[in-house]
Amino acid sequence: MKTESTPELLPPPRAPLVQPGHTFGTVTDTISAIVLTRKTPLGWFVAFAAAFSLLMVFLVAITTLFVRGVGIFGINVPVGWGFDIVNFVWWIGIGHAGTLISAILLLLRQTWRNSINRFAEAMTLFAVACALVYPLAHLGRPWMFYWLFPYPNTMGIQPQFRSPLVWDVFAVSTYATVSLLFWYVGLIPDLATLRDRAPSRFARFTYGILAMGWRGSARHWQKYETASLLLAGLATPLVVSVHTVVSFDFAIGIMPGWHATIFPPYFVAGAIYSGFAMVMTLAIPLRAFYGLGDFITLRHLENMAKVMLATGLIVAYGYMIEAFMAWYSGNPYEEFMIYNRMTGPYAPMYWMLILCNVVIPQVLWFKQVRLNIPLLFVIALIVNVGMWLERYIIIAVSLHRDFLPSSWGMYSGTIWDWAVYIGTIGLFLTLLFLFIRFLPMISIFEIRTLLPQARVDEEAK
Amino acid sequence: MAEFDSPSAVVAATRRARENGFRKLDVYSPFPIEELNDALDLHHNKLPLIVLIGGLIGAVLGYLLQYYVAVIHYPLNIGGRPLHSWPAFIIVTFEMTILCASLSAVLGMLALNGLPMPYHPVFNVPRFALATRNRFFLCIEATDPLFDRETTPAFLESLGAREVSEVAQ
Repeated sequence: MKTESTPELLPPPRAPLVQPGHTFGTVTDTISAIVLTRKTPLGWFVAFAAAFSLLMVFLVAITTLFVRGVGIFGINVPVGWGFDIVNFVWWIGIGHAGTLISAILLLLRQTWRNSINRFAEAMTLFAVACALVYPLAHLGRPWMFYWLFPYPNTMGIQPQFRSPLVWDVFAVSTYATVSLLFWYVGLIPDLATLRDRAPSRFARFTYGILAMGWRGSARHWQKYETASLLLAGLATPLVVSVHTVVSFDFAIGIMPGWHATIFPPYFVAGAIYSGFAMVMTLAIPLRAFYGLGDFITLRHLENMAKVMLATGLIVAYGYMIEAFMAWYSGNPYEEFMIYNRMTGPYAPMYWMLILCNVVIPQVLWFKQVRLNIPLLFVIALIVNVGMWLERYIIIAVSLHRDFLPSSWGMYSGTIWDWAVYIGTIGLFLTLLFLFIRFLPMISIFEIRTLLPQARVDEEAK
Repeated sequence: MAEFDSPSAVVAATRRARENGFRKLDVYSPFPIEELNDALDLHHNKLPLIVLIGGLIGAVLGYLLQYYVAVIHYPLNIGGRPLHSWPAFIIVTFEMTILCASLSAVLGMLALNGLPMPYHPVFNVPRFALATRNRFFLCIEATDPLFDRETTPAFLESLGAREVSEVAQ
């Protein structure tokens, strides 16, 4: 029973978001030095060379694809969608975490996002770029991709607006555009910082043009903050809608294993799950290599681990409800679909999926695990693999055995499927390393707002 | 132009300057300071309205596009189903709304701020480069009715500034 003498129970003090001892100056100097003054570390060159080689693999694979056609992939009848669509969904899903961190956490005033949102949003842009390869690459006649857009033409035909594939065109283009805008707008004040600290005339000129003459005027900041909040408010429903539309690529169809109402929330949660796993996979090496532990602290990693755990549970619920509904429906095709996933020829992949996405991430309930950085890195990689398996199971395994047993077949990826996939990883990493080298990977001005000196004292004059 | 090294100092100085009747002020800082919106009496932001209008234009455009294509220009008789299938049209309409609203937000913000503006007189002050690092600047413009070349710099000094500079045109 509480008496007057009972002290008020305060929550334990939380770890600071920026390590103490920093000033506006040191924050600026540390982050901008990576771009401007510190000698590019040898590790960057090595990593960039590796990424660029994978990009060359991409070039070879895509050229072969355009010259010889989609027959070089493993797709067949009945499995008309294979690695191409699996990877498309995988990349788009990864992109969603960046927008969640930039937009949704901004609206929820979760200031811990300030140190990770810049490169998370960059990651989104590059992931969407990789994803966009596939709608082009998977077409039988990729040079006719523009038929997907409603333009006046001599054939008198137009896209079918009732098709989720057309919805995808609009959703993913909008997502790419809005992410680019949001990211660029966020960069403007930092580009001004780089402009003012650039050592060479060329750097000063380039950053100056990109910064558009930003001078930090309070009148400008006011409209800038309004624009950021509005963009965040727009990007939030966008991120939910984009992966919902991607899930509709499957859910609108009548295939057992696809035609499930759980798909929109299940896909969105899965996207956030895989996206945060990729953010962690990138953040952990980057902060170690560039010494950014003062800004991306253990508290940040722990928070990201918690988000991963939460979305992982939603995804686990999705798996459970898929299985339950297949049985509960009494529909023999649905029942067979789930039985085939668990015991059929692809069963090892299904159980790997359960292990990677459901079982292993449960260790994140334990605080010691959430604060153990190498373990977090390994778990993040495992989740990335698991989410890839999930899309493979949903797409290829549902397709390979549908209604009519005489139409059943098998699917496996060919060397070219793997080559394009590895090539897109190369594209992603190349863009990422270029970003790290030439742009501040942490939002400098937002970190400044986190410092205790940034608070205005409420004195009268 | 007066230089300060903490946000509290520049906010206090701005309040003092406004009390003394100066109106043509601007403050330059390396990050947004909310208290300045009151201190400088910056309200009535037109941006939300611009974004709303942009969004509405996007919605109307998106819907009309689909209506025109599906009902008038290229109607497809699929089992006699209604050509004006508005539930299916919702999604593209929504995406077009978001797209046009976001474009309006960005272009509107840049236009309202007068950006890109590569040149501005404040850049002539060498120490102004620190405005994007760790210093805060209060600038009283010469077009202000109370501005005087002799007394105004003295007033700025009295606010406790680190340094006072004159901004050449």
